[in-house]
Amino acid sequence: MPLLSVADLHTHFQTPRGLLRAVDGVSLAIEEGESVGLVGESGCGKSTLGKTILRLVNPTSGSVAFDGDDIAKVPSDALGPYRRRAQMIFQDPFSSLNPRHTIERILTAPLYVHGIGDRAERKRRVREMIERVGLPLSSLSRYPHEFSGGQRQRIGIARALILGPDLVICDEPVSALDLSIQAQILNLLVEMKRDFNLSYLFISHDLSVIRYFADRVLVMYLGRVVEEGTGADLWARPLHPYTRALIAAIPDPARRRQAAPIGGDIASPEDIPRGCRFHPRCAIATSICAKVDPMLEAHAPGQRAACHHAGQLTRPPEA
Amino acid sequence: MTTATERVPEAMPESDGAWRSLRAFLRNPSAVIASLFLVFVTLVAIAAPLIYPEDPLSMVTRPFLWPGQNPQFPLGSDTLGRDVAAGLVWGSRISLIIGIAAMALGVTIGIVVGAAAGYFGGRIDDALVRLVEIFQTTPSFLMLIVLVAIAEPRVESITVGIALVTWPTIARLVRAEFRSLREKDFVTAARGLGYGHLRIIFIEILPNALPPIIVTSSVIVASAILMESALAFMGLGDPNRISWGSMIGAGRETLRTAWYLTAVPGVAIVLTVLALNMIGDALNDALNPRLSSER
Repeated sequence: MPLLSVADLHTHFQTPRGLLRAVDGVSLAIEEGESVGLVGESGCGKSTLGKTILRLVNPTSGSVAFDGDDIAKVPSDALGPYRRRAQMIFQDPFSSLNPRHTIERILTAPLYVHGIGDRAERKRRVREMIERVGLPLSSLSRYPHEFSGGQRQRIGIARALILGPDLVICDEPVSALDLSIQAQILNLLVEMKRDFNLSYLFISHDLSVIRYFADRVLVMYLGRVVEEGTGADLWARPLHPYTRALIAAIPDPARRRQAAPIGGDIASPEDIPRGCRFHPRCAIATSICAKVDPMLEAHAPGQRAACHHAGQLTRPPEA
Repeated sequence: MTTATERVPEAMPESDGAWRSLRAFLRNPSAVIASLFLVFVTLVAIAAPLIYPEDPLSMVTRPFLWPGQNPQFPLGSDTLGRDVAAGLVWGSRISLIIGIAAMALGVTIGIVVGAAAGYFGGRIDDALVRLVEIFQTTPSFLMLIVLVAIAEPRVESITVGIALVTWPTIARLVRAEFRSLREKDFVTAARGLGYGHLRIIFIEILPNALPPIIVTSSVIVASAILMESALAFMGLGDPNRISWGSMIGAGRETLRTAWYLTAVPGVAIVLTVLALNMIGDALNDALNPRLSSER
């Protein structure tokens, strides 16, 4: 049984401009100890999906099964045990730490709130964790603004791991950092995964980061997963034209010719196109694409795509 | 970098928020003068029973003694022969007590209401905003007069009355701060860590909302002192206590013949209120990191 199993999850928001379908029917599973990458353009609902899984946002419908319990249906005041087991690492290390609290306070409070250990035990755990993420003990008495972005992200990781979670959702954890620091933080996340036997849902818009990090990759477009497969398969043989466009958009010095960019902008999640939601931007779309919404189906072993013309490189003749 | 341990900057006391604010505050000369003046007024208020052990409402000399006429009564005497200097010293007690107590009560109510409205949003916010609007659309001084007239005019009722007309200002301010702060990632993180609402409101968010509340509080003390003076001037003050406002009210009828009876307590009110407003301005600059780093 997978650690996390999300089925037909919808998260909709009522906005003045209409119903915003940020997450619109997502199903995914994360096995224990697995790293799943979630990639997609800004505004495709990646972050909302992560927050819905953690119940920081309430789902409209669907289920989030974590170790057998449907988290989507647990009353919000009974989420305590789940909070201990599922945590989040944030994108912006500057706004994710309370500027008025010392690092010691930031790391001790979760233990205190969950009633873990006595004073001495909490102190010991906090000291252990801060050294584990590569910061000196003297950091504990400092305030967040005294640290660099990379150091703050280490503190953010320490805070996410202090309760000993099984699942960690990393929401673009390195995209706010300098390139030289990104590798350090990614390495730290890999180390932590190994040492604490974590499962990751790794959200990023950067395919090269995802490729480095994830065992399995989900490609998300306008609130839905359009392709799923192992990193190697997706890279070698993308089935969905959107995945192919994303991969082609990575600058590559080995490839002389620049890839054709994806035409147009991502549609508004308040006004999702009928039929296949990618068809207005798709190079191989045919008349069926404007009418029938394709389901996520297996087209190769371990690789699924939601496309009527999965794997085809050119526009097929109209039937 | 080969080792996992990163270099952490050496201790920088000057980068600590509270110290930086205090230094920025002390660099402002008008703030220092205003603070010294308020410390002086506070000391006088505390020491009033030592300076003038006699009841300031008792008649101690002949009426209409001008300031400087008799060294024993440096600020002269009023229409009934009461010592103006003693009244001024004892009056500072009432002004400060009511000013600070009304501020404390009003700020407390304002924080609770504003925090609940801003943090929870939705229907709670709608209901509390209506409540604030009811208070804010009523002319506050008229409401204060009605409140004090219904209750007996005593220090306690005046304090509560002033608090009841000032809390909406703080509530609106706190609500706006909470609405923007609750969207910050550190608040999302706190929810994700399973912190309770009270902990998030008072321990995570409130410390970040304090600077504008502190600034507004100093101005509220000033306006509370003015309101108390205005009430006392109209004869709605505590009849058993002398206050600056009641001294002005008593001197009003002899304004043309003995103007010093209104001028002396008037100057005391002006200076105190001015000092509090200057401190408010200085705090605003000192607690705003962007402004103070530009100095």
